[in-house]
Amino acid sequence: MKIIACIKQVPDSEAKVKAENGQVSWGDAPLVINPFDEYAVEGALQQKEASGGTVTALCIGPESAKEALKHALAMGADDAVLVSDPALTSLDTVGAARLLAAAINKIGGADMVVFGRQTLDDGSGITAAQTARVLGWPMLGLAGQIKVADGSASSPQGIQVERVIEEGRQIVSAKLPAVISVVQSIGEPRYPSFMGIRKASKAVIPVWPLSDIGLSAPAPITSRLELVTPPSRNVTCEIITGESPAEIADKLADKILAEKVL
Amino acid sequence: MKTFVYIDHFKGEVQPASWEALGVAKSFGSASAVIFGSGLDALTKTAFEFGADEVLLADDSALTDYRAEAFASTLSALASSRTPDLILFPTTARTRELAAMTAIDLNTGVLVDVTALSLEGDKFIATRPIYEGKLLEKTVCSGKPVIATLRARAFPRPAQDASKSGGATKVETKINSLTTVEGYTVAEAVVNLGDAGVIVSGGRGVSNNPSLTPPAGLDEKQAELWRAQQGFKLVGELASVLGGAVGASRAAVDGGYIPYSHQVGQTGKVVTPDLYIACGISGAIQHLVGMRNAKLVVAINKDADAPIFKQARYGVVGDLFAIVPALTEAFKKKLGKQA
Ligand SMILES: Cc1cc2nc3c(=O)[nH]c(=O)nc-3n(C[C@H](O)[C@H](O)[C@H](O)COP(=O)(O)OP(=O)(O)OC[C@H]3O[C@@H](n4cnc5c(N)ncnc54)[C@H](O)[C@@H]3O)c2cc1C
Ligand SMILES: Nc1ncnc2c1ncn2[C@@H]1O[C@H](COP(=O)(O)O)[C@@H](O)[C@H]1O
Repeated sequence: MKIIACIKQVPDSEAKVKAENGQVSWGDAPLVINPFDEYAVEGALQQKEASGGTVTALCIGPESAKEALKHALAMGADDAVLVSDPALTSLDTVGAARLLAAAINKIGGADMVVFGRQTLDDGSGITAAQTARVLGWPMLGLAGQIKVADGSASSPQGIQVERVIEEGRQIVSAKLPAVISVVQSIGEPRYPSFMGIRKASKAVIPVWPLSDIGLSAPAPITSRLELVTPPSRNVTCEIITGESPAEIADKLADKILAEKVL
Repeated sequence: MKTFVYIDHFKGEVQPASWEALGVAKSFGSASAVIFGSGLDALTKTAFEFGADEVLLADDSALTDYRAEAFASTLSALASSRTPDLILFPTTARTRELAAMTAIDLNTGVLVDVTALSLEGDKFIATRPIYEGKLLEKTVCSGKPVIATLRARAFPRPAQDASKSGGATKVETKINSLTTVEGYTVAEAVVNLGDAGVIVSGGRGVSNNPSLTPPAGLDEKQAELWRAQQGFKLVGELASVLGGAVGASRAAVDGGYIPYSHQVGQTGKVVTPDLYIACGISGAIQHLVGMRNAKLVVAINKDADAPIFKQARYGVVGDLFAIVPALTEAFKKKLGKQA
């Protein structure tokens, strides 16, 4: 089983993100692997354990994104590829999907490409489906569980996932190769092992410029005009007190009713 | 301007934000409601009642279950032949996929989870939260049609006019079956947090009531789950008196107290109810990013220093097992009197 996990590097969720001269700034907050993509790596590693094979972590990003790939290696991925090019200044999801599809082909294809649910920065949650569409592969989104059915030489392996959707869980199957996105129910991402960290620190991660995957920088179809800082909400908390729970509840209910939110 | 509005539904039950999208479409010109599925005559009528100028209906037993590929191919073919300026969706798990794939087919882009949309000249300008709502961006899409998914409850819901009706225009389906729906596990009830006006959420604190004595013979973990069940029962009763939904922190979900579909926060749902009551939730940043845009936040927590109080307008420092049932009783009386 050849598995690719697509990961992005993002500012840590504790970072104080601000707009500064029209640019996003997160000060000196650390950059980390997108937390949703840790689940992607975890899901990929689980499938490797179940069926054998390899896991390759794939990222489009600046040179610094090697650190996110090293995290995937430390968790247990076998190798990593960074697609990076100075011509890539702004990338929308369609552009990212086209580059990822080209990189997946250059890697030599895969049986399974695993994505996270969404990125913390852009947060669109659509790159997986777009990559699947570009590749022409089935899309199995929001998987909380993945099962691969045995295949034979003549018939390709099948895959079945349990999708976590608003209305409960939907069981969907497809033939491999397939694109999958995973959610938290897949299981907690494993911690990098000591051996994993040592291996990752020594790893030499290949960097592919656009020419390597045979594409020029895709012109963005969606583009940002302006960054806006959301109006800050200065809430001061009024603590409701009283002699008994009933008295507190009575006062609190009146306060809530007075706010006319019901 | 000519707009398609994709009416998202699960077995005929519509995500109400679809109607909000229909209202937005009407404000720009004509609105065509696009409905895919089977046996959906009643839905056609409702779409007219909410203001659709026409209904484009693909009614086909092959579309009974949502499947991204077949639905996207049908929509792309329809949009190619009828050339709308704008395609709107309510933001849901299904429509993110559908909008994503349709955009690839039509060689255009998607603006996801939009909270404001305006037309300036011939350009649609969308506002959407990024970096978990820490910033907003104004974005344009240079492709045609412009595709956008709209966040639930960010736009007003149009009034429903029961006197309206009309006939649907039939749409040809494009069955492109890369995936097979095998079925559903129906153990979980439908949770619609995105659309809820009131959410009452429970955290790890719902299992913390030492004075409750669990039935004999339970081990420690079972006793914790039993306590959490008692706690979530109280949370559920308050939610039901207020006509709201039940949410949860990740600690409650990870503890096995309640299914993942209830989780609010970074790895769960982002919600914007009018009223959010957090019970036994500390207020970690990953929880706050999921609920901080609620209009009114109320926190009930034993610990006066819990960060959730910094987000809350009203707070009670106390035991949720005492306060929550008392609050349920208080609302029962007050709301009963008002009615
Ligand atoms: C990558 C990542 C993603 C995450 N995503 C999410 C997410 O989507 N959603 C989310 O919620 N969290 C998320 N978290 C976890 C988050 O960091 C917190 O661990 C979690 O929110 C804590 O849940 P809690 O407030 O219920 O539990 P705790 O932090 O343990 O707080 C329990 C609270 O209950 C109070 N309490 C206890 N007993 C009572 C009582 N009887 N009456 C009243 N109050 C009581 C305590 O004072 C305490 O404040 C994520 C973390 C990471 C690292
Ligand atoms: N630059 C990138 N490099 C690799 N994978 C990416 C990149 N951007 C997005 N992804 C993948 O696509 C998923 C969804 O991203 P998004 O549509 O931006 O929310 C992420 O969770 C990643 O798995």
